[in-house]
Amino acid sequence: MKFGVVVFPGSNCDDDTVHVFRHILGQEIVKLWHKSTNLEGCDFLIIPGGFSYGDYLRSGAIARFSPIMDKVIEHANAGGYVLGICNGFQVLVEAGLLPGVLLRNDHQKFNSKNVYLRAATNHSLFTGDLDLTRAYKVPVAHAEGRYFTDEATLKQIIDNDQVLFRYCDADGQVTEAANPNGSLDNIAGICNAGRNVFGLMPHPERASDPLLGNTDGRILLEQLLAVTA
Amino acid sequence: MAQVTEALPTVETAKKLGLLPEEYDRICEILNRPPNFTELSIFSVMWSEHCSYKNSIVWLKKLPKDSPKMLAKAGEENAGLVDLGEGIACAFKIESHNHPSALEPYQGAATGVGGINRDIFTMGARPIAQLNSLRFGNIDLPKTKRLLKGVVKGIGDYGNAFGIPTVGGEVFFDDCYNVNPLVNAFSAGIVEVGKVAKATSYGVGNPVFIVGSSTGKDGIGGASFASEDISEKSTEKLPAVQVGDPFMEKLLLEATLEVIETGHVVGIQDMGAAGIICSTSEMSAKGEHGMEINLDLVPSRQQNMKGWELLLSESQERMLVVVEKGKEHIIQDIFEKWDLNCVQIGEVTDTKRLRFYRDGELVADVPAEDLVLGGGAPQYHREYTEPAYYQEFKKFDIQTVADVANAEEIRSVARHLLSHPNIASKKWVAEQYDHTIGTSTRTFNTPADAAVVQIRGTEKAIVITVDCNARYVNADPEVGTAIAVSEAARNIVCTGGEPLAITNNLNFGNPYVPEVYWQFVGAIKGMSRACEKFGTPVTGGNVSFYNQSSDGGPVFPTPTIGMLGEMATPDLLTTLAFQEAGDLIYLVGSSKNDIASSEYLYSYRGVKASPAPAFDIDEEYHIQNVTKELISAKAVASVHDVSDGGLFTALAEAAIWNNLGFAIESDREFRKDAFLFGESQSRVIVSVKPAQQAALEHLLLDSNASFSLLGKVTAGGLTVDGAEILATAEAKDLHGNSLQRALNV
Repeated sequence: MKFGVVVFPGSNCDDDTVHVFRHILGQEIVKLWHKSTNLEGCDFLIIPGGFSYGDYLRSGAIARFSPIMDKVIEHANAGGYVLGICNGFQVLVEAGLLPGVLLRNDHQKFNSKNVYLRAATNHSLFTGDLDLTRAYKVPVAHAEGRYFTDEATLKQIIDNDQVLFRYCDADGQVTEAANPNGSLDNIAGICNAGRNVFGLMPHPERASDPLLGNTDGRILLEQLLAVTA
Repeated sequence: MAQVTEALPTVETAKKLGLLPEEYDRICEILNRPPNFTELSIFSVMWSEHCSYKNSIVWLKKLPKDSPKMLAKAGEENAGLVDLGEGIACAFKIESHNHPSALEPYQGAATGVGGINRDIFTMGARPIAQLNSLRFGNIDLPKTKRLLKGVVKGIGDYGNAFGIPTVGGEVFFDDCYNVNPLVNAFSAGIVEVGKVAKATSYGVGNPVFIVGSSTGKDGIGGASFASEDISEKSTEKLPAVQVGDPFMEKLLLEATLEVIETGHVVGIQDMGAAGIICSTSEMSAKGEHGMEINLDLVPSRQQNMKGWELLLSESQERMLVVVEKGKEHIIQDIFEKWDLNCVQIGEVTDTKRLRFYRDGELVADVPAEDLVLGGGAPQYHREYTEPAYYQEFKKFDIQTVADVANAEEIRSVARHLLSHPNIASKKWVAEQYDHTIGTSTRTFNTPADAAVVQIRGTEKAIVITVDCNARYVNADPEVGTAIAVSEAARNIVCTGGEPLAITNNLNFGNPYVPEVYWQFVGAIKGMSRACEKFGTPVTGGNVSFYNQSSDGGPVFPTPTIGMLGEMATPDLLTTLAFQEAGDLIYLVGSSKNDIASSEYLYSYRGVKASPAPAFDIDEEYHIQNVTKELISAKAVASVHDVSDGGLFTALAEAAIWNNLGFAIESDREFRKDAFLFGESQSRVIVSVKPAQQAALEHLLLDSNASFSLLGKVTAGGLTVDGAEILATAEAKDLHGNSLQRALNV
């Protein structure tokens, strides 16, 4: 399994993602420059967090026009795995690979803190072995993370079991108070209908190194490695 | 020189540009003729306080600068550089953006963050952590709320997008900052020793490039603006405030580090205050060469910019780069990759003069050396006088203040302090800053007295903090500043680090006021004494005078200390939070019958005139050394220093993180208010597992330090002498949410 991190101008979690996959998870991982159209044989693409193109216009809105995005879409449509974290989630939504949009947080501010997540299903690579009753602690750091979609789409993604993560409290209760940004139905992460494209607002890579005092994020990322088996 | 087609300015023009008549005469002497307007503008910004330090340098030179670990000393490069061993070094610096933030808090603060980070990466160091030190007026004023929200959003939006974590800082409120807030931004970066880029220029014929953003009319004369008193008229100076673009800064960071990595860069300097003229003159003076620059080639955002506008513009996210002749294509290719401007605007000469051309005309011809600090820029000895209040403050008598009578009054003080914006959690601020990017912030999940950021690929971490209790400095500049340095060192030591060096941000009033200058001189003396004691040289920083409103007198003298420490191995990290009910709590250091300058005395009792808190630097040094021993011996479960709000506040902070409580006995030898809320220095609270109690006491007895058993950690409730003062939940709510409530957000 070879991972590739797509680097746009303004991406700023690319080094973190490479560091965690290479040194904490022990995976082969390379950076893919946005002007390139060569995926270098990567099996699993990651769109990292950051402020691609400064998030000017709208988060992720410009990045989707980068040359490499045609290849990312091709890869996804062929069933290849793609994960977008934070700004990467926004890019995937803008590119039409994931349903819905990510709006400005309901409180209008950037928010950097730990949140708790509960996996909503085991029916996906990303959540395959997660404990559905456990609250996983992972940090968020975003100003535009409020997941939103029309009612029909919401019903569809719920019916299709595409909601992967919801914000919850430390005890695993999915409550309004535990929702850090006003996301519809406390949604923090989803997949596409084909179950090969994933989007997640919180940053699991920032809760992976034991030195940081929290490795819940590592448990999430380790799910992705199951595909190698 | 070619004559410019304008009438020559007079000494009157010079005065309007902020120069003194004798400075105008000196310029005529240097040039051997009267300057034209462009040249006069050049001197006015380069000889402004902001660039030349003309009113402070005489005293700054007295600060200790040496240590075996210093790779670049104060004034040598854009930031200080400290050897961390294993072939890596840390570049760090603090800088103010007070005046821009007073007018336009969002852009003022944002560009402050941009500027300080450029100072770091222009040396080839990749920033890994940021801090900030903020001071505002009375929190109940609508203006304060507006300024605070704007400044915090400006810092957050810029730093978050730039992608470097903001890992700590301080926020302090006092009426003295009602007109003039203080915004000091700190950044630290890591560079391999031997790959450090220099701010210099030499090699005749080497090309000079301007890279990054285009040049506009924003921020023209910002350096001169920062060298005047803030007044109502200041709002007319809005164009003097620059506009920041963090996306551009991120691209500039990556491109700059890539270019430096090639090894073909002769010299590089960011463009901050005074723009092109500052970089060209400082680099040329340092390399003892000259430059010929064609201003027509500078990419500009506006048409018809005059030569002096291009020279003085403080448009952000720009760098001046001198590269080896013949290697032009290498730098051009890298900047092309990042879609950034990269234009050759001139070349290095052997004349030691700067010659600028506009529309084919020579518009300025000045010697580089005469423009810069350490060269021809003026240096003044200012007179200073002890202000009358100093002796008045010393007359304070604790007997005139009633002690807290009973548990009910202790409860009332406790509620006041924990909810006071100077002591309450700054969570509302901190949550707007990305702490966790970089996956190296060790103090995000583990609260500690200083911030700890791991250096990727090594066992080491940097330990950083910004500190200054300006109320103490106002009461006694010399003692108060020594306390500021000591507290910074104490915070680093309590976290498990070893203090290495400091950067300072000297925020003062108008230096021409003798009483203000007395505060400045006292601060320098106190800083010198403390830095020598702790072996932490001053690596540079920033002087910000004129923090003085025409209506309200000067701000408190505020010499903010940014201190760098190192943590040799990861296991040394020590939290401030109590770990488990049943653990024992000790006070290391001695209590005193002292409430001087405490938040309790100042805002609860309303007594504004008192001296600095009790402080003895030898005692401080001893307590810090003992604390280091306790941590390295793994004898303690938590360590937290006693500072603002006194012992009770420190205990409350240690308890609430893990939803615990404490039960302590007070010492009848002391007034209760002094024991619980006094801010006498050199005290640390530690908690210890019962199994390690004997080992801890043994170490403490051996150390000769004063210590006492206060009580124990409990499952809940903040209890003093058997009376529960506050429930843990109430204390946590007061401490955690009061700032947000005060801001009505």
